[in-house]
Amino acid sequence: MGEIIKVGMADLKTCTEPDSLTTLGLGSCVGVALYDPVTKVSGLLHLMLPDSTQIKNNQNTAKFADTGIAELCAQMNKKGAVQSRLVAKIAGGAQMFSFGSSSNDIMSVGQKNVEATKKILAKMGIRIIAEDTGLNYGRTIIFDSVTGKLRIRAVGKSDTEI
Amino acid sequence: MSKIDLNDMSSMQYDVLRELGNIGAGNATTALSQMLNAKVDIGVPQVKLLGFDELPTIIGSEEKVMVGILLMLCGDVDGIMMFLMDPHVAKNLVNHLMGGCGMPPSDDENSFNDIERSAIMEIGNIIAGAYLRSLGELTNLTIDVSIPMLQVDMAAAILDVPAIQFGKIGDKVLMIETAFDDEKVGKELDIRGYYILVPELESYDKILSSLGV
Repeated sequence: MGEIIKVGMADLKTCTEPDSLTTLGLGSCVGVALYDPVTKVSGLLHLMLPDSTQIKNNQNTAKFADTGIAELCAQMNKKGAVQSRLVAKIAGGAQMFSFGSSSNDIMSVGQKNVEATKKILAKMGIRIIAEDTGLNYGRTIIFDSVTGKLRIRAVGKSDTEI
Repeated sequence: MSKIDLNDMSSMQYDVLRELGNIGAGNATTALSQMLNAKVDIGVPQVKLLGFDELPTIIGSEEKVMVGILLMLCGDVDGIMMFLMDPHVAKNLVNHLMGGCGMPPSDDENSFNDIERSAIMEIGNIIAGAYLRSLGELTNLTIDVSIPMLQVDMAAAILDVPAIQFGKIGDKVLMIETAFDDEKVGKELDIRGYYILVPELESYDKILSSLGV
């Protein structure tokens, strides 16, 4: 049993077999797990916002979908991952609060995060092989570098694996 | 140019914001006390500048299940106001207010039926109104507030909302937090929780300017 490495909000980490990566309580944020099935090099990003180019204060690369995914790939490549082999599993991007049918900028950021994540992964040629996104509840995710499975924990629901 | 530099706030700015928290939370808690017909105390307000990772630690751990009531602020002050409490505290509140009439205790502490949800949101409405009205009077600013929204979920997921709001301008969240507690832990009416006021950065400027700081 390997170590479980914690990834904070607006943070990213990589690991190799047999370690796992986890991030707790994803709300509107999106967790992106990247995996090289051959070398088992794994990475997890906990992004908060869709687009670094829309924001002035954008030094923290792990905060954004665009810069975060690029940085995660770069760090994984250094550990021996090959970008063309990478596959992705994504989770989160919920709308935590809503009233009626109206929604504003803050409310819909989860959906925008998911859209941006998909767009960027597609642009980089990384296939999404599983996802559990949207809806209105928080998720804790644990990525196992040995099996390549992403376990998802939510309040009042049984654990699932994708 | 913003008056508040998150990396270099003066002790005067902290003091003024703390006092605002004191007045707002004081009024909100008076409203809560009156509703419950019980004494509820507030703690010393804290003005906290927190990194994203530290944010969930204000109420314990990331995965701790909390009831969150969120209200959006607009008008002169943009931002959000939140109340956070343990699910069992929220149940207590509802039962006490409704005199326990006809509500079978639900098996799952974290699930709330429609009547319970609507009662909790109404409590949120009343205490947010009291908090913000006193703030508005003090600063002479108009603060409009949305209807309350309710969520029962992991603390980190609920606190994503203020984190993302501040994530657009930096890597820290500035909030005014006050705990309320009737100091009856374990008793029948055990009321504890937090008020969290998170104005947007420009709104902090307006608030401080209106008070001549």
